[in-house]
Amino acid sequence: MPPLELKGLSKRYGGVAVVDDLSLTIAPGRCHGLLGPNGAGKTTTLRLALGLIEADAGEIRLLGHPLPHAAATARRRVGVVPQTDSLDPDFTVRENLLAYARYFGLRRREAESRIPALLEFAGLAGKADAKVPTLSGGMKRRLTLARALINDPELIVLDEPTTGLDPQARHLVWQGLRRLIHQGKTLLLTTHFMDEAERLCDRISIIDRGRIIAEDSPRALVTRHIEPHVVEVYGEGLAQWEGCASSLCRRCEHAGETLFCYTDDPKAVTDALDGQEGLRYLHRPANLEDVFLKLTGRDLRE
Amino acid sequence: MRGEGVRQTASGEKRADGGGGWAQAGASHPDPSHAPPDRLSPSLRWLPVWQRNFQVWKKLAGPSILGNLADPLLYMLGLGYGLGRFLGEVQGVPYLTFLAAGTLAYSVMNSATFETLYSAFSRMHVQKTWEAILNTPLTLTDVLLGEWLWATSKSLLSGLAILLVIWALGLYADFAMTLWLLPVIVLTGLTFAGLGLMLNAVAPNYDFFLYYFTLFITPMVLLSGVFYPTDALPGWLAAAAQGLPLTHAIALARPLVLGHWPEAPLLNVLVLLAFALTGFLIGLALTRRRLLR
Repeated sequence: MPPLELKGLSKRYGGVAVVDDLSLTIAPGRCHGLLGPNGAGKTTTLRLALGLIEADAGEIRLLGHPLPHAAATARRRVGVVPQTDSLDPDFTVRENLLAYARYFGLRRREAESRIPALLEFAGLAGKADAKVPTLSGGMKRRLTLARALINDPELIVLDEPTTGLDPQARHLVWQGLRRLIHQGKTLLLTTHFMDEAERLCDRISIIDRGRIIAEDSPRALVTRHIEPHVVEVYGEGLAQWEGCASSLCRRCEHAGETLFCYTDDPKAVTDALDGQEGLRYLHRPANLEDVFLKLTGRDLRE
Repeated sequence: MRGEGVRQTASGEKRADGGGGWAQAGASHPDPSHAPPDRLSPSLRWLPVWQRNFQVWKKLAGPSILGNLADPLLYMLGLGYGLGRFLGEVQGVPYLTFLAAGTLAYSVMNSATFETLYSAFSRMHVQKTWEAILNTPLTLTDVLLGEWLWATSKSLLSGLAILLVIWALGLYADFAMTLWLLPVIVLTGLTFAGLGLMLNAVAPNYDFFLYYFTLFITPMVLLSGVFYPTDALPGWLAAAAQGLPLTHAIALARPLVLGHWPEAPLLNVLVLLAFALTGFLIGLALTRRRLLR
């Protein structure tokens, strides 16, 4: 049974389709990423999948339960890490976990027996009696993750789990998430960080304007959708050289002050560039970000 | 119960290599292929929300009790003794005794109102506590029911404190009859907590609540018979006062303090129930539109 199945899902707000005929199946024991620009419909998709809002059309099955009417039952086996901090600032770390356990109907003794392992997992051992406002941003996010695990969920849904964290804190969260994947939990996360998606996800759905425009493993997305090499060119005289570039590589894209040359034969491009005064370049293998920008465009979303 | 076999689903290879500290530590968990037994019967699903608020309140109980109780008591004793000297008797009793029932209703109203406006708003909007709860098996109805009953519980405490003072100072005629004030306090609490949740649902910020106080609560306190009998008002104003919930709470409470039965208790109870339920149900619908659309 797939932990989550969405079929032909649509949700409109004021005539605008935020989720538009979206279908998605999450495989058990895997980490599935929803990757998309701001406003692409990622969070709305998650809220639909959790039964928090009702779809205008389509079917949802969460852990085998049809939504929306069995949403509360289905959520007993789901853990959620929301985008914004919603920890109780008046409570200690332990009290936050105990209060949350009660919402799942867990007995106090049962909840208390789970807390030491959860704190250990979240790197918060010894912080049980710390007040939430004294925790760093990374600690709060890890506590939110521990809170999402209090009911021993089969599926963990994370909305931008590392947004707003510094690099050290992000790595700690990733480490925790990888341990969960290793344990066989199913993860569904949204992100707009390519490195996060590439590191954690077995499968990625690129979502834009409420639709899934590509879905595959991170590696397959790169090999399928884009040329293997990128030469980024910038500096003076770029405008004049641009005409020359289009004959040397398969595809060129101008973004800001940089020309992105996508090619199977990077040497031809770099050889041509070596003779150019004022132009500088960077040759690198294509990555997920290139796929993302190719598919969703380079224009700013606001 | 909880063997790997139970956990085994489509991706066997990922699950087989399990490991990790947390997996072992979690081994005492119940069989994860089944949902934990739902210990909360449908009628008690609001309880964890109430418990959460109670637990926070316990931490801050000192200042909270002082703030909730000192204010109405000071009004009652200050006005009762001070103004009472000039007024002599009102409706055949000393002014302090007359004021007691009004203060009781006022205090219950204030407590339920503040809890459902400022405190509920910070849980809903600032701390996102409700959103966190909505990600669990609890629903918005459970959350608002918990908040409604919690605010009513707090207002019961405020009402009880005034009642203790009424008992201690002997400001009543018949002790047994004052026990009927307890259900009146609860009903008054439900009424203003319900109305408060309705306001909370549409509030953009804390400042918005000032409109409610200035345009509704304050005029109501002045017109509903807290400080003087409503029949002192001009006819049309006295009639308008009959549309205010606090008037009906006082119409129940004052006779019980003074030792006789209210004149039209059924009407008073029905009006309060109508305000309570309308407020709560509209509040629920508006909050659903605000948070879950």
